[in-house]
Amino acid sequence: MFRNQYDTDVTTWSPAGRLFQVEYAMEAVKQGSAAIGLRSKTHVVLACVNKANSELSSHQRKIFKVDDHIGVAIAGLTADGRVLSRYMRSECINYGYTYESPLPVGRLVVQLADKAQVCTQRSWKRPYGVGLLVAGLDESGAHLYYNCPSGNYFEYQAFAIGSRSQAAKTYLERKFEKFPESSRDDLVKDALFAIRETLQGEKLTSSVCTIAVVGVGEAFNILDQETVQALINEFEISGEEAPTNESAAEQAGGDADSAPDQSGAAAEGEAAPMDI
Amino acid sequence: MTKEHANWSPYDNNGGTCVAIAGADYCVIAADTRMSTGYSILTRDYSKICKLADKSYMASSGFQADVKALQKVLSSRHLIYQHQHNKQMSCPAMAQLLSNTLYYKRFFPYYAFNVLGGLDSEGKGCVFTYDAVGSYERDAVTPLSEAEAVDLVKTCFASATERDIYTGDSVEIIILNAKGVRRETEQLRKD
Repeated sequence: MFRNQYDTDVTTWSPAGRLFQVEYAMEAVKQGSAAIGLRSKTHVVLACVNKANSELSSHQRKIFKVDDHIGVAIAGLTADGRVLSRYMRSECINYGYTYESPLPVGRLVVQLADKAQVCTQRSWKRPYGVGLLVAGLDESGAHLYYNCPSGNYFEYQAFAIGSRSQAAKTYLERKFEKFPESSRDDLVKDALFAIRETLQGEKLTSSVCTIAVVGVGEAFNILDQETVQALINEFEISGEEAPTNESAAEQAGGDADSAPDQSGAAAEGEAAPMDI
Repeated sequence: MTKEHANWSPYDNNGGTCVAIAGADYCVIAADTRMSTGYSILTRDYSKICKLADKSYMASSGFQADVKALQKVLSSRHLIYQHQHNKQMSCPAMAQLLSNTLYYKRFFPYYAFNVLGGLDSEGKGCVFTYDAVGSYERDAVTPLSEAEAVDLVKTCFASATERDIYTGDSVEIIILNAKGVRRETEQLRKD
């Protein structure tokens, strides 16, 4: 899209019925580094690519724990993402205080969407420049939502946002039908494969990506680097193609197989001390 | 010209006794489990102890509705702290937070008499005692061993039960040390 006379204000419609400022905000999401999410009936996995500005700096945090049962991955203006995460955490705490139960994911997502919509209808505001993949578990099961700067939200089985996310989406479209019945570990492997697609040839290591999981009996937690690297090594050894459970387990060495399981179990067993 | 007095009070006293002992590398927090009102017993099995953080436990006697509200406020504040600092609150930090929270309601106080026990960031036992509006101090550490301290607590509660009508039924004892948390229950006189 090109500059035109209707794109100065968010409160100005174009003759074609478009709000250009909102669309430009969605462009900001596309420029951010990739984030993907996928879910089964019992677990949701979030993964993102970490892009550091330079070798000297640390990478930006793009996955945030919102509550024990909800986490979010962002793409776009990370500052906006941080602010929205703070809002989400606050909403979860207040709901928990009043009702002594976890905030249902669908409610939180609607509140977020309404908050984003306000910024599309005030002349003194600007839309949030961040897309959020909200992963959560509640009484109605595992959920993955995508919240746009436009104030729209959609529920997904699997989705990818950010730069080169189309490659991940293509991979996910091929595989998504088996996700509902996937085990937690298979979901994580599929997430890593999808991330690898967005890297377009760059080597996939645990320093380039971050993985987080939430599921039945597992509070939202971000996997530590060693666990992720062990998982990557496992499927790199077993070859290019995304494995089904059995072939990967057979081909990978016994040690490599048991180590990630143990550290995965340890991560599940500990109370999550807000390891954000 | 006598002043008219309220025929309704926002407060009630649910009674009970709370104790905490700080040792060199442990902390014992204990409270009886009787909840009363007036001369009646509401229940024999009510916990007055609340876990505020991994290493901070608070035991409170007084008006249990206010105690419950206070516990909820502190738990929520702890969640916020964890989001902001990426770690649990230390016991001394929680002590200050409790003091501030109590003083915040200086002119309509929480009818809660609190004792906060836990381990500080060096692993040493720490106990803080409060009045209803947040005045507090850190109490001395005892040279007793953990087993001696737990025994002392049980003896104290047996004595208190004899003389205080609002104390009895059973005592819930939490023991915190480097290895983790342990919970013990001891029966007390039910009269």
